Amino acid sequence: MSITTWTWILIGITFSIYILVAIRARAVSTGAFYAADRTIHPILNGMATGADWMSAASFISMAGLISFMGRDGSMYLMGWTGGYVLLAMLLAPYLRKYGKYTVPEFIGDRYYSQSARIISLLCAIFVSFTYVAGQMRGVGVVFSRFLNVPINTGVVIGMCIVFFYAVLGGMKGVTYTQVAQYCVLIVAYMIPAIYISIMLTGNPIPALGFGSTISPGGAEILQDSSAQGKYLLDVLNGIHKDLGFSEYTSGVRPKIDIFFIVVALMVGTAGLPHVIIRFFTVPKIRDARASAGWALIFIVLLYTAAPAVAAFARTNFIKTVHNIQYKDAPQWFQSWESTGLIAWVDKNNDGIIQYGPGKAFVGKPKYTGHVGHFGQATVTNVALAGANELYVDRDIIVLANPEIARLPNWIIALVAAGGLAAALSTAAGLLLVISSSISHDLMKGVLMPSMSEKGELLWARCGAAGAVVVAGLLGIFPPGFVAQVVAFAFGLAAASFFPAIIMGIFNKKTNVYGAMSGMIAGIGFTAFYIIYFKFINPGANHPENWWFGISPEGIGTVGMLINFTLLIVVSKFTPEPPQEIQELVDKLRYPVERKRGETKVSTKARSPY
Amino acid sequence: MDRSQELQQYWKKNIKYIAVLLSIWFFVSYLCGIILVDQLDQFMLAGFPVGFWFANQGAEITFCLLIIVYVRLMNRLDRQYDVFED
Repeated sequence: MSITTWTWILIGITFSIYILVAIRARAVSTGAFYAADRTIHPILNGMATGADWMSAASFISMAGLISFMGRDGSMYLMGWTGGYVLLAMLLAPYLRKYGKYTVPEFIGDRYYSQSARIISLLCAIFVSFTYVAGQMRGVGVVFSRFLNVPINTGVVIGMCIVFFYAVLGGMKGVTYTQVAQYCVLIVAYMIPAIYISIMLTGNPIPALGFGSTISPGGAEILQDSSAQGKYLLDVLNGIHKDLGFSEYTSGVRPKIDIFFIVVALMVGTAGLPHVIIRFFTVPKIRDARASAGWALIFIVLLYTAAPAVAAFARTNFIKTVHNIQYKDAPQWFQSWESTGLIAWVDKNNDGIIQYGPGKAFVGKPKYTGHVGHFGQATVTNVALAGANELYVDRDIIVLANPEIARLPNWIIALVAAGGLAAALSTAAGLLLVISSSISHDLMKGVLMPSMSEKGELLWARCGAAGAVVVAGLLGIFPPGFVAQVVAFAFGLAAASFFPAIIMGIFNKKTNVYGAMSGMIAGIGFTAFYIIYFKFINPGANHPENWWFGISPEGIGTVGMLINFTLLIVVSKFTPEPPQEIQELVDKLRYPVERKRGETKVSTKARSPY
Repeated sequence: MDRSQELQQYWKKNIKYIAVLLSIWFFVSYLCGIILVDQLDQFMLAGFPVGFWFANQGAEITFCLLIIVYVRLMNRLDRQYDVFED
């Protein structure tokens, strides 16, 4: 069967599973809609969090990004996992103990202020929308690459699916579909990774194969018999040196910048509302801690394979393409030329592909539609000086990996289903944050406090439905700034929520004045820095113009420090929070209130998972 | 010792665990993976330069272990101070 048939079959099966799950897990109360009735087993919640967290970017782009960045790419690996340690120890159990439904609600109550709640709900909505636009686009891109469907049709199909289970099922429906989606995406990611690891090194575990020696079969594939028995990373470093790149295992980015970016990503992760609310769905406080551990284990499974895939693909790619006659280039080269992910301009007219540092030409490939002298798809882009003749989009590393490894068609189709699972699961989690911010925080909390539960549930469904439509529109008409503002989502989460929540738990004396001034200054500073370098003066976005060499991606860390400082200093010089707030904070710190010697009686009968 | 003092002790122990575990968290990622990465890269661990390995896999795996240890410590502490949920 062809790849397209397989893709339709697998997408059909996975989508039917998602819909079936959604029908079985309808939410009929606000408790179910916002927190799945707090009945999710910690391991299942860990899986759901993994799918919630790993987006289209993690699945499709991350390995490619690392592949082209070498050691510097590890900042994404550390940055997108380290936040879970903070979540498990500093946030999740206490917020679960608090026992409400949203992050803005906690901030509003803890700082006894509607304005604090409004600021955080606006932040939550903004962060989630910037994030979700990329996901819907990702759905469209997967459809168009694997099925030759127009991107917009793909986005609409994705919208319909998410609409169905997010609006109907709320958190309950989303959680169970995310569990299914995690299974799909991890299988889709690991199978090609395991195959390519066995092919090159003979080691079935990609994370270990990455540090092993190249097997005889691997040397044959790389068409270099001298590589046999050498460490893969040594071979890759050698190739890099020969071509004029810096060594793969060395970094070029300034350390200070990497440091600040990693802090911003970690703290941002811990402050992102769609991650935090996942921990509201487990029955107990100790489940919230355990669940963060499970989530990280499920995430690290993919994250330790990603750098291996990156190194394998990089070695294989250069070895099978560089200095090869175009007519002898591997099959996948031509099949991916048509997608615009790879292009070759024969600068010296020798019919041989030469790869090296620097760009081959200006911008993304624009094909003329004609075939060149050697059979290649020609482009109209202005060629740049320099020996490099190859344009490579980093996404090709994951998308074309199964073809590069010559895997059967159904596995290639599985990668499509996995990419869709990753994008849809993250989109659904974000839509829930938007919906609960609107119904629970804005409508019930601020505008119409007397609303009945039924009314609130209706608002929640309407909010989810409206958010799906807006997200779809953002996917169909992507504003040029989406890619630019992803850094914003993390920076903003780091500079706003994280300090307010942490200090709200660990320091009883922090008050509304500190929280408001800290959040406003943190958000303002971070937003100003990013807007200046990304929109007002993009030409100045170079290391020599950055403050202390910190890029806009890492500036959220400074925003966070400003927020912390103000929060502590201002709270010192203004009146203490009221007694009942200090008592509330006290209660957050212990899983149950129980006098010594009191017999253990479960306070509230909860349905078991 | 009355109950409130006892609970305060529970909280102090919790903070102590967090401080120790987060120091390890900082050590494996920020020290080994970023600040000292070039120095560590001079040593090899199988086919990996050590700093490169910490940045790519070591830090991430340690993060998992840290949470597992914290969960166990806290479950024990919860029982010890009689705040274990049942």
